[in-house]
Amino acid sequence: MQVALEENSPFEAVFEEISKIYTMGETRVCALDRVSISFARGSFWAIRGASGSGKSTMLNLLGCLDRPSSGRYLLRGEDVSRLDDDHLSEIRLKSIGFIFQSFNLLPQSTVEENIALPLYYQGWEPAQSFSRARMLAAQVGLSERLGHRPTELSGGQQQRVAIARALANDPAILLADEPTGNLDSDTGLEIMKLLTDLKNAGKTIIMVTHEAEIAAFADHQLVMKDGRIDAISH
Amino acid sequence: MLLNIRHLREIKSGVKNLLQHKLRSSLTMLGMVFGVGSVIAMLAVGEGASLEALNQIKRLGSNNIIISSQKPLEEETQQTTRSFMSIYGLLYDDEVRLASGFRHILRTVPVKIVRQSGRLGERAIDLRVVGTVPDWFRLVQRPLIAGRTLSERDMLQATNAVVLTEYGARRLLATRNSLGQHVKIGGEYFEVVGIVQSESGQGTGLQAPDQQIDAYIPLKVARERFGDVTTRITSGSRTRELVELHQIIVEVDATAFVESTAAGIEAMLVHFHKKNDYQIAVPLALLRQAEATKRTFNIVLGSIAGISLLVGGIGIMNIMLASVTERTREIGIRRAIGAKRRQIILQFLIETMVLSTTGGIFGILIGLFIPWLITLVVGMPTVVTSLSLILSLGISMMIGIIFGLYPAVRAAGLDPIVALRHE
Repeated sequence: MQVALEENSPFEAVFEEISKIYTMGETRVCALDRVSISFARGSFWAIRGASGSGKSTMLNLLGCLDRPSSGRYLLRGEDVSRLDDDHLSEIRLKSIGFIFQSFNLLPQSTVEENIALPLYYQGWEPAQSFSRARMLAAQVGLSERLGHRPTELSGGQQQRVAIARALANDPAILLADEPTGNLDSDTGLEIMKLLTDLKNAGKTIIMVTHEAEIAAFADHQLVMKDGRIDAISH
Repeated sequence: MLLNIRHLREIKSGVKNLLQHKLRSSLTMLGMVFGVGSVIAMLAVGEGASLEALNQIKRLGSNNIIISSQKPLEEETQQTTRSFMSIYGLLYDDEVRLASGFRHILRTVPVKIVRQSGRLGERAIDLRVVGTVPDWFRLVQRPLIAGRTLSERDMLQATNAVVLTEYGARRLLATRNSLGQHVKIGGEYFEVVGIVQSESGQGTGLQAPDQQIDAYIPLKVARERFGDVTTRITSGSRTRELVELHQIIVEVDATAFVESTAAGIEAMLVHFHKKNDYQIAVPLALLRQAEATKRTFNIVLGSIAGISLLVGGIGIMNIMLASVTERTREIGIRRAIGAKRRQIILQFLIETMVLSTTGGIFGILIGLFIPWLITLVVGMPTVVTSLSLILSLGISMMIGIIFGLYPAVRAAGLDPIVALRHE
């Protein structure tokens, strides 16, 4: 499969023959085996699969936290598969938003500071970044909690903060790793509703989950097995 | 990595991070505080102690050479022989030879010392009667309290004039009008013509040429009235000594020639004296020696204090390393969000530098306080030099960089994926 390097490509992220091989001492583990797939702009994907199927590796590669062993990864038409650590950091800073299972907020910082963190690294002035943080907090329904610390919030509220932080840099893709895994089902559904709203607003979302019920919120489902794509359903 | 105004934001953020862990930060800082404090305090004590010694030597005059008569060792042992008279010491001729024979000698002051009791009415005091010349008062500069010093006319006319020290004047004259009184020294009456301030030198073995019990009279008078022979009776045995001059103080015109002149004097005296009956003291040499001692002293104290600084630095590194482990998750989050390696390095480095520099500043306060306390309580002189302040603050900042670098590099080297999974 060949995709043109065009600015107006309809695809946000494209994997071309991506492989990821880990060497652990003597043994070589092939976490991804020549995977090719394109994620369209504004689509909502759920990646499913058993543990060790390669779904986490896929998410790490999509999020530029890691480099593929071979193959090409085009993010908004730009080949990012051979970039060095600094450039990958730059891509993450500008184009990627992460949502984690365990929220991953800075425990000593307030809600406002957590949301503004990506803007700090982008070099924003504090006043501007906090005003954007307040705007994003309002968007996820947390205007009343700006000065609180994560430990003073419920799980659902913490995940909302994480989502607001992921949106701070206005990313190309929102990557979610089991976003409801640490939440009760009602709260999980609320978070999924929020993600759906974001998708409707035009965000590209790729989510890893093992729960069928949660995966059902996505438009497309991808099932991984032994480092290969086992099935795709739309 | 240079810190400049662009990093103000990082510094602010670092300070904020540290303030979020107040207890940990202040405990980490403690090593630095006491390290820097002890460096400054120790150097201040050392500096104060040596300063006093140096001042004492300087009072002897760094351009002076002091030649003193010394009883030769062999005669010391023959003392038991009855009616033996030991003849030794500097000669009147020596002074003449010194005054005329050396290019760089500015003036020579011969000194003849006689122990006599001074008496005024019912009051008495043991005096060290110093027979000397007017130049004495130029070499041994002490403020004149009343009257005048000895004059050339006193020399020529061999007047019975005496200059007392403040101490002697107080003991002898009490409340009476001091000047013009006639004090009986030995068998003679001397008119008090002036009073100079006493030398209050105590402690150190280095003696200033003058003492507080001095009474200065013209050399010629001392020679005529008291003679050159001293008879001393100690526990039944009589010792008689013939000493012409007890001291010759020489002033050299420039510091650069002091040591060569001293060598020349030595050579001359060796030639004219068969016995080793004199001693040459060069305050400048003592000064150099004292300065060398002071340097050694400072090095020793400095290294002890330096070790405590090192320990403080290792403490900081230890905590920062623990903190890297503890904050692995945080580092992973920051990296995932898009922080570059060097931003993580900078963050940790700034935190250690803020810690060590703040510790250094508190250390300086302690370092200023301890010497002040020592001076207040023990009365020991202490001198806090600005060099020690700058040095220890500089060292504490350096320690922040050196001991912060390793934890910072380790933190930045973490794989973000692994760091994020860290519990």
